[in-house]
Amino acid sequence: MTLRGRVHKYGANVDTDVIIPARHLNLNTAEELAPHCMEDIDAEFAQRVRPGDVIVADTNFGCGSSREHAPLALKGAGVSCVVAKSFARIFYRNAINLGLPILECAEAVDGSEAGDELAVELETGTIRNLTKDSEFKAKPYPEFMLELMRAGGLVEYTKRRLASEKR
Amino acid sequence: MGMTLAEKILAAHCDRQEVRPGELINCQVDFVLANDVTAPLAIEQFRKLGVPSVFDRQRVAMIPDHFTPNKDIKSAENAKMMKEFALEQGLVYYEQGRGGVEHALLPDDGWVLPGEVVVGADSHTCTYGALGCFATGMGSTDIGCAMATGDIWMRVPPSLKLVYQGHLNAWVGGKDIILHTIGDIGTDGALYSAMEFHGEAISQLPMESRLTMSNMAIEAGAKAGLMVPDATTLSYVRARARREWQAQEPDPDAEYAEVREYNVEALEPTVALPHSPGNAVPLSQAPRVEIDQVFIGSCTNGRLSDLRLAAQVMEGRQVHPRVRCIVIPCTNDVYIAALKEGLLAIFAEAGCAVSTPTCGPCLGGYMGILAEGERCVATTNRNFPGRMGHPKAEVYLGNPAVAAASAVAGRLAGPEEVLGSAPK
Ligand code: SF4
Repeated sequence: MTLRGRVHKYGANVDTDVIIPARHLNLNTAEELAPHCMEDIDAEFAQRVRPGDVIVADTNFGCGSSREHAPLALKGAGVSCVVAKSFARIFYRNAINLGLPILECAEAVDGSEAGDELAVELETGTIRNLTKDSEFKAKPYPEFMLELMRAGGLVEYTKRRLASEKR
Repeated sequence: MGMTLAEKILAAHCDRQEVRPGELINCQVDFVLANDVTAPLAIEQFRKLGVPSVFDRQRVAMIPDHFTPNKDIKSAENAKMMKEFALEQGLVYYEQGRGGVEHALLPDDGWVLPGEVVVGADSHTCTYGALGCFATGMGSTDIGCAMATGDIWMRVPPSLKLVYQGHLNAWVGGKDIILHTIGDIGTDGALYSAMEFHGEAISQLPMESRLTMSNMAIEAGAKAGLMVPDATTLSYVRARARREWQAQEPDPDAEYAEVREYNVEALEPTVALPHSPGNAVPLSQAPRVEIDQVFIGSCTNGRLSDLRLAAQVMEGRQVHPRVRCIVIPCTNDVYIAALKEGLLAIFAEAGCAVSTPTCGPCLGGYMGILAEGERCVATTNRNFPGRMGHPKAEVYLGNPAVAAASAVAGRLAGPEEVLGSAPK
């Protein structure tokens, strides 16, 4: 599967409080959360973002709270994947569990600017910057993570596991 | 080769002789929790699995604390949904007036114990590491599945050993040690790792101050922040434990990704300047900015010993006319104890607003939201932009004595600056 969209670029330590501020945590669906996504660091993000766009950020993306509302809000806003130098571990789990692809690749982060057009191939971890005509390789997913994603996330994976245990 | 405390606990929960950093394991869990913000999503995911009940109803807790007593209709609907699920399943549940903030409540009420694996749909689940258990925060989907199966996948983290030598100065406690540490290693200094706290300074810390330290392990990016159970831990736990438990300790030849040593003799009260817990500086080097609000509470520093420290500074004094000082005991047991000891009277007489237990202002939920440009000194754990209200508000993190002194002075201040003036 190839994802394609424009880059929205951010620095290090983008925390879950700015991805989706706590004042909106009484909302639970991607649609309700999307208009507030990133509003505390980038007020125009929700208006600017187009389906398929890619967030590119420095280290420790998604640090802070365990709120799953963060990857949910990004998905709701139409973000197709996040490329960062590193991710906070709870955000990493949440994103995989909810089916928001995330890729670790420092070179792609340094080699991309806001507005660049990216094409991301998940299976191979290939990130192509179409604007700059360059290509990068992300850190491959461990096999277990691929299995989770193939199953369609943790809930589907667990459902199958529970069903096979019953038999 | 020996194993670290985290490795010992994880190995004991996946029927392996040993585990090594980087390995993916399927791990039994002893206790699972969610709160009014994270439970609705977790319950939704749980329902999709099609199982009739949770793996063990005495090992799953639903704690209303973030927006409760409910701040608006949406929050009320979420809390109601969680409560109905808890009652239907017969889970551990505390209604308002009998509970409090999850990470203060659960160890205090004996639900989480040494040697256990605990997973919670809240990042500060790592608090319980102070008891010598492997406790870590996750998202709602992970927790929804763990509630059904009683296990979870985990990657064994490398361990970072932190050794603290020396004796602490007056007005310096666990909060200052952990802020200093995060300032040193950075907010991703322990990313994907388990922190293991050691040394004579830790042995001398009372349990509450240890819980404060482990609480903030996540602020360094850590998966868990563990301490080796000792006599202090055992006497705390024995008085509370709800079930059998088996403490673990690290092997003498355990392998650590890194060992760092600190001497706490020169450590001052420490504050984290806006907008990161990693911006830690000694109080003497912090700017004496004027402030608008003080918040004393939260799962970091809302315990009885914290309130005692704040009351010691505030007794017989008045909160500065410009400042709102909000005091929130973290649990009802703490509230009652503080009431009986006269601490709440000291706060009320000093001009503080004292509330029933809630997370409230800690996450910018309600009960003390900051306006644009306002400054707050808080005993909480995070000061990211927008954490307590407007993204252009500023939050300074400090210990309860610093917060109380700042409330009296009307600016960032240490207890000695305030105690120097005679009580009125
Ligand atoms: S007091 Fe603050 S940090 Fe603790 S659980 Fe509540 S919101 Fe989270």
